[in-house]
Amino acid sequence: MSTLAIDKAGPTRKLGSMSRDRAWALRWSYFFLVLFAIFFLTPPLYMVITSLKSSAEISAATNPWWVFHPTLSNYVELLSSNQFLRFFWNSSIISIVVVIVTMLISIPAAFALARMKFWGSATLATGVFLTYLIPDSLLFIPLFKMLAVIQDFTGITLLNRWYVLAFIYPTLTVPFCTWIMIGYFASIPKELDEAAIIDGASWLQTLFRIFIPVALPGLIAATIFAFTVSWAQFLYPLVFTTSIDQLVLPVGITTTLIKGDVFNWGQIMTGALLGAAPPLIIYAFLMDYYIAGLTAGATKG
Amino acid sequence: MADVVVEQGRRVSSVRARKGRSLRNTLGRKSTVAFFLTLPLILLIALLVLYPAFFSLYLATLNKAMTKFVGLGNFTFLFKRETFWMVVKQSCIFAVTAVVFKALIGFIVAHFVHNIPGKKQRKWRGMLLVPWVIPPAMSTLAWLWLFDPSYSAFNYTLSFFGVGPIPWLGETFWARFSVILVNVWYGAPFFLIMYLAALKSVPDQLYEAAAIDGANWWQKIWYVTLPMMRNIIAITTLFSLIVTFANFDIVRILTSGGPLDTTHLFATWAFQVGIQSSDIPLGACVSLFMVPILAVAAIFILRDVNKRGNEA
Repeated sequence: MSTLAIDKAGPTRKLGSMSRDRAWALRWSYFFLVLFAIFFLTPPLYMVITSLKSSAEISAATNPWWVFHPTLSNYVELLSSNQFLRFFWNSSIISIVVVIVTMLISIPAAFALARMKFWGSATLATGVFLTYLIPDSLLFIPLFKMLAVIQDFTGITLLNRWYVLAFIYPTLTVPFCTWIMIGYFASIPKELDEAAIIDGASWLQTLFRIFIPVALPGLIAATIFAFTVSWAQFLYPLVFTTSIDQLVLPVGITTTLIKGDVFNWGQIMTGALLGAAPPLIIYAFLMDYYIAGLTAGATKG
Repeated sequence: MADVVVEQGRRVSSVRARKGRSLRNTLGRKSTVAFFLTLPLILLIALLVLYPAFFSLYLATLNKAMTKFVGLGNFTFLFKRETFWMVVKQSCIFAVTAVVFKALIGFIVAHFVHNIPGKKQRKWRGMLLVPWVIPPAMSTLAWLWLFDPSYSAFNYTLSFFGVGPIPWLGETFWARFSVILVNVWYGAPFFLIMYLAALKSVPDQLYEAAAIDGANWWQKIWYVTLPMMRNIIAITTLFSLIVTFANFDIVRILTSGGPLDTTHLFATWAFQVGIQSSDIPLGACVSLFMVPILAVAAIFILRDVNKRGNEA
């Protein structure tokens, strides 16, 4: 009993100083984290603050960081304006269609690239990854001209039509989704699908009964990615659509709420907040999938 | 479950057997199935990525009305313009400065988050990733409002410290500073998440061994953390370099390239020249100048990703 106590006494003194160091490190960590959190959260909080103010309060020279007379009038005005609801509707439909199209293209492709070694499969996988690195700002001019040429040639209106965007966005989502799905599919043990094949399952049955259920977390991550990318896309709709009823949310807010040089900041901030809400809500509920998708791009493969 | 699968398989094959063996062989062959599964992907990439990329090369050789082939005329025209060289310079300053600060802030904050107890890490990580989640076009509007010259919240706050009103977006230096600041704000959380994931994969024993050898915190970072994270740092930095270099949203909304075109990047200038001034060939030409830098970064990323794949 006594030896045990002596044994313990030695290290505790050392541990005491170490834990004091650790406690200070912890305090400093918290201090700096709070500083960085202020930096990171100021713009979104400022959006919330401004969205609760009336135009009179915004132009008055009061403390901009505080709401003295909170009002929901900006929200009521925007949510009852047909124009804003139209933007919201366009954005939602496009994003949902893009998610579906992306999944329909990238799941079978990832399955084939991960499991069926065929001529050129390795090259194609590398090509998919390279396509992911091609930014939208490189392709918007030729795509614009292509749409114009096809429109002249066939007589089908393609420019200034919001639904055309749903066919352009997959170029941004499919490569990444295919890439991370290849990673997830490749991590499934071969024994699983071999067993299914021996039992007489076809390739499609293995895909639907084994791969998709097992790789469901990856699938959710890819879906979130596809949704947020198409929701946030700004350049393509800015170039391809011009009429007010054809705009999507980001472009609609930046172009219609700014009338000439008059900035109605209360409404702009409310619109921006409502536009940021769907990704933020998804993120709040599915944070782990979101982060898994984010890190998978560079760590898997 | 397995029985059902077997029965279905038999039924399908018996139906196919009646249709003839050669067709069944072709359809059932692995490579044929794989081809059909990847066909939509190949079509999408070929028609909407590769074709426009080459079409862009062709467009860049036409005159403004797109009626005549002018060869490299657009390129030589650009080389003679001062604005073009300013855009090149600004794009490089913007991309390099923004990426360096994003990486630094991401690295530092990742260490702080890694330091605090596990349960609270989730909460902090969730808070610090918010800038990355908000669509950049939306959050840039908030910054635009924070930078507002007359009712600016920043200038209001600074006035209490006796710092005069700063023309955040009105003067070249401050405008360049502001666009970089917003880009760092938006991109740093991405680095934070990547570095945090990398930090967690460094085995504790290495730090313990270093501590026994008497290493201080700086030596631990330099000799243990950095070598262990080298690959992920390289991939993240190169990837961010591509995205930052091709950035459009932030500059477009904050300054539209002003004052006097001094904050234009390749993307925003290409938009102004190609779409707003409807000189499509010249715009295509401008955006093509991004290709060399993107290509170099892409080659290095590919090398690192493949290396990573081989290690695993």
